[in-house]
Amino acid sequence: MHIPDGYLSPQTYVPLLGASFIFWSVGLKKLKKKLSTRQVPYLAMAAVFSFLIMMFNIPIPGGTSGHAVGAGIIAVLLGPWTAVIAVSVVLIIQALIFGDGGITAIGANCFNIAVAMSFVSYWVFRIIKGKSDSPSRLSAAAFLSGYIGLTVSAILVAVQLGIQPLIAQAPDGRPLYAPYPLSVALPVMALEHLLLFGIVEGVVTVLLFKYFLKNEPELIYAVSEKGV
Amino acid sequence: MRYQKRVSEMTKTQKRLWTGLVIMALLAPLGILLPALFHSGDAWGEWGTGTLEKLLGFVPEGLKKYADMWKAPAPDYNLGGEDASMTVQLISYIASGILGIAIITLVIYFISRFVVKNGK
Repeated sequence: MHIPDGYLSPQTYVPLLGASFIFWSVGLKKLKKKLSTRQVPYLAMAAVFSFLIMMFNIPIPGGTSGHAVGAGIIAVLLGPWTAVIAVSVVLIIQALIFGDGGITAIGANCFNIAVAMSFVSYWVFRIIKGKSDSPSRLSAAAFLSGYIGLTVSAILVAVQLGIQPLIAQAPDGRPLYAPYPLSVALPVMALEHLLLFGIVEGVVTVLLFKYFLKNEPELIYAVSEKGV
Repeated sequence: MRYQKRVSEMTKTQKRLWTGLVIMALLAPLGILLPALFHSGDAWGEWGTGTLEKLLGFVPEGLKKYADMWKAPAPDYNLGGEDASMTVQLISYIASGILGIAIITLVIYFISRFVVKNGK
């Protein structure tokens, strides 16, 4: 899901950088209002967690590989705006230091993985939870928040890659950037996340959610609405 | 001194969580061992130019131009270069994890200094 340099045309990555920039500015303003010294360690741990879980590449035997992101559980625990900032920091460091994701694609990657996933996961959790506090309902909400959040994020990546052949072609008609059309990119990315990586994300989200519900229930933003 | 004060102020849960994160970093090499074991390649849409050449028979012109514009200091979490042995790659992966933990923690504390109001 980390789009490398050269896969997106400037017509795609410039607007997405602009979109991410708006979310970073609002996110930092929200943090300024609500973040307290006591919460800073959790913000750091959340970002570190996201960084580490992305290192666990999960293989599709004989095929590609993928990984969970952790943005869903971070959004549920610390709130979506905090998750946007935490995961964006991770993505920018991955691009700069480890060449994971392109420099030109930083805006796109932050939009897909940090912004979209955090908000989709958060709202899926809130909607499924509703007013209920039953453990099974909360667990279902946590699982689906990770599962749907990651899948939506992957579909956004697929759309951005899949429209490149339409946007830019060499004079001989060959694609200039990401080469595969939507008809290939969408089914591949959607299916591998629906069938495997999304499930892993959902399981990670529900396990951590249960841990925090048991040990630090007052920390959970999506339940208490008093967090960061 | 300030650091020590911070550590001593850590709650039990925080200590437990940091321990969990360090364990994750030590287990991270599974993330390159398992894909190697199951013969699975790069994530979809994250191929290098060499792989693209094999997949398509050509490398798109625009992509070629931008693909290597940034020289990351530790590309692919690997400190041993492209021909590094599996052992070097596994050790690099753990080292990258720890380096990542350090840089991310520093950056978050740096951002927080500007964001957190005093006395909160």
